[in-house]
Amino acid sequence: MARVQLKSLEKVYGKFKAVHGIDLEIEDGEFMVLVGPSGCAKSTTLRMIAGLERISGGEIRIGDDLVNDKPPGQRGIAMVFQNYALYPHMKVKNNLSFGLRLKHAPKDEIAASTEEVSHILEIEEYLERLPKQLSGGQAQRVAVGRALIKKPQVFLFDEPLSNLDAKLRASMRVRITDLHKQLLSEGMHSTVVYVTHDQTEAMTMGNRICVMKEGRIMQVADPYTLYQRPANAFVAGFIGSPEMNIGDATLVDGGKLKIGTQTFTIDDKARARIDKDAPSEVTFGVRPQHFTVVDQDAEEGLLGRISHVEFMGHEVYLYITVEDQSFIVVVPATGLERQYLRDDAIRIMPQQDALHIFNRRTGENISLSA
Amino acid sequence: MTEQTLSSMLSTHDLEAIRARKREQRKIFISSIIRYVILFVVGLIMLYPLIWLIGASFKTNAEMFTSAGFWPTHPTVSGYIEGWKTSTPYTFGRFFLNTLLILIPKMIGTAISATAVAYGFARFEFPGKKVLFASLIAILLLPNVVTRIPQYLLFREFGWLDSFLPLWVPSALAGDAFFVFMLVQFLRAIPRDMEEAARVDGASSWQALLFIIVPLLTPALISVCLFQFMWTMNDFLGPLIYLSSVDKYPVSLALKLSIDTTEAFAWNKILSMSVLAITPALVVFFVAQKYFIEGISAGGVKG
Ligand SMILES: Nc1ncnc2c1ncn2[C@@H]1O[C@H](COP(=O)(O)OP(=O)(O)OP(=O)(O)O)[C@@H](O)[C@H]1O
Ligand SMILES: [Mg+2]
Repeated sequence: MARVQLKSLEKVYGKFKAVHGIDLEIEDGEFMVLVGPSGCAKSTTLRMIAGLERISGGEIRIGDDLVNDKPPGQRGIAMVFQNYALYPHMKVKNNLSFGLRLKHAPKDEIAASTEEVSHILEIEEYLERLPKQLSGGQAQRVAVGRALIKKPQVFLFDEPLSNLDAKLRASMRVRITDLHKQLLSEGMHSTVVYVTHDQTEAMTMGNRICVMKEGRIMQVADPYTLYQRPANAFVAGFIGSPEMNIGDATLVDGGKLKIGTQTFTIDDKARARIDKDAPSEVTFGVRPQHFTVVDQDAEEGLLGRISHVEFMGHEVYLYITVEDQSFIVVVPATGLERQYLRDDAIRIMPQQDALHIFNRRTGENISLSA
Repeated sequence: MTEQTLSSMLSTHDLEAIRARKREQRKIFISSIIRYVILFVVGLIMLYPLIWLIGASFKTNAEMFTSAGFWPTHPTVSGYIEGWKTSTPYTFGRFFLNTLLILIPKMIGTAISATAVAYGFARFEFPGKKVLFASLIAILLLPNVVTRIPQYLLFREFGWLDSFLPLWVPSALAGDAFFVFMLVQFLRAIPRDMEEAARVDGASSWQALLFIIVPLLTPALISVCLFQFMWTMNDFLGPLIYLSSVDKYPVSLALKLSIDTTEAFAWNKILSMSVLAITPALVVFFVAQKYFIEGISAGGVKG
């Protein structure tokens, strides 16, 4: 069993509280991604799990063991660092086998493991090289290999792909998730905790994603839920590209939404989702993909002006100013029936089933009922 | 204007430019010659005493101060032969051996203890760290002489006088603040990731130090040993204070001995032995300098 449990985990640096008592359960064999903007204490959390950082409060369990005071080497974990952290004076093969050699593993076992791991990661050619003779991608594979060879219960990754170029990153992404699946299918309980600030990595790799902000967990959910039912305005804005349109609005009589001076009716189904005791001062959120362009003379919708058009190939990004708020709207580029031009007047209507309403004060999503 | 005049104008321009470039090159050439001549002359002036010393060690005692030139007119090695025998029951070999006996434990002790202490300062948080590091710097700034008397009294109480212990022990306990400070600076420049990776790989702090840090610190450790070698070879005061029997004298004291005991100074003996005394230092310096520079460029950590 390689479940990882964090209970009211805290970290205080001097007077600065970096982690505010977080609770998180990572299931056996799960691929959990920690994501959030820079400085939200993703690394700190990961390093506490690894045992590289002392914890200031709470507890960490790996499997069923309380590991609060165990040194990293005894926690059954392996870690891949952002800048690889290969031992510069050792050949690749010795980098791989360092942990095993420390444990005085038998020579033939070391040789067999090294061979197996270097085969999986396709680094056989580089075994005799020093780390400085490797490219970034090769070094990264060696770093993953060094973690893999120990057959740990828990893999910890701290932004392992951030130093690679876009193409390599995409292929490493697949490689790492495949590797995880392969380990699972071989019956190994490999739990992964993967830190990144890149939402593409988070969405494509994670079974579940933990979104963090300033040392607190904002939401833990699978990618689909995170996208469809964000728990609060922060998660809504953080996940999705281009960013969700978020702005101030007023709920009028619980049935209409007023943005600026313009108002539109919320249909019954959407109204049913919104909390009954919702305040009138709210924040609305609509993803750029969830607008319909309607006739300019239609009775409802937001009338604005196109300030900028970006043609992306299969879709078009429209930057629209509605009174003093700006919106990004993504429309398919298929139809020739309409050309979007700068300075055109345009009327857009949020799709009712994709409309989010947040409490303006707390940021909490209050349109998730039912 | 026709095309022809245009092109001929261009070519005179070109010629002018080429000439200017040649003038420029000549100027650079001449100035570099001047620079090298000046460097050579100054270097020669600085080195002349050494050159003279070597030359004079092959002179006879009579010729020593009659000519300022360094080339002996009647070269002889009698200075070396006589000097080696010394005026004591021991040959100079004995004194070299003593120097080695002081030097080697001291160098090893310094390298080990300074590394361990620097590792502590650079990588661990412990109560009183700031105060301790401040006192380390204070010791660095304190003139050596100030601590001589209390140290002497201390070692006398221990009954360590006239043994090598007072020379070994302080160094083996990281008593040379300079080396600790130097290694702390080096360690601070080494990223922690590698040690952290090692700890995740199951290494204890000591194993991380031994297998990861020390190899990365090799260039710094070589220079520590180099400095300690030079300073110990040249140390006169330490042995003078703590060693009283001649059979324990290192080279630095033995040289002084030959001046003391001879009424009419046998300068050729003294100079010959001086040449021998500086030889190890010179050899080590030139050998290690090459390694030292290599070490620095190879030790650069690539992310
Ligand atoms: N050793 C330290 N001393 C004091 N504060 C620290 C220390 N390490 C981290 N912090 C603070 O703790 C907070 C969280 O840092 P952390 O490195 O975990 O962020 P992160 O989420 O990993 O960010 P990034 O995406 O930039 O890597 C930051 O505000 C940082 O300034
Ligand atoms: Mg980080």
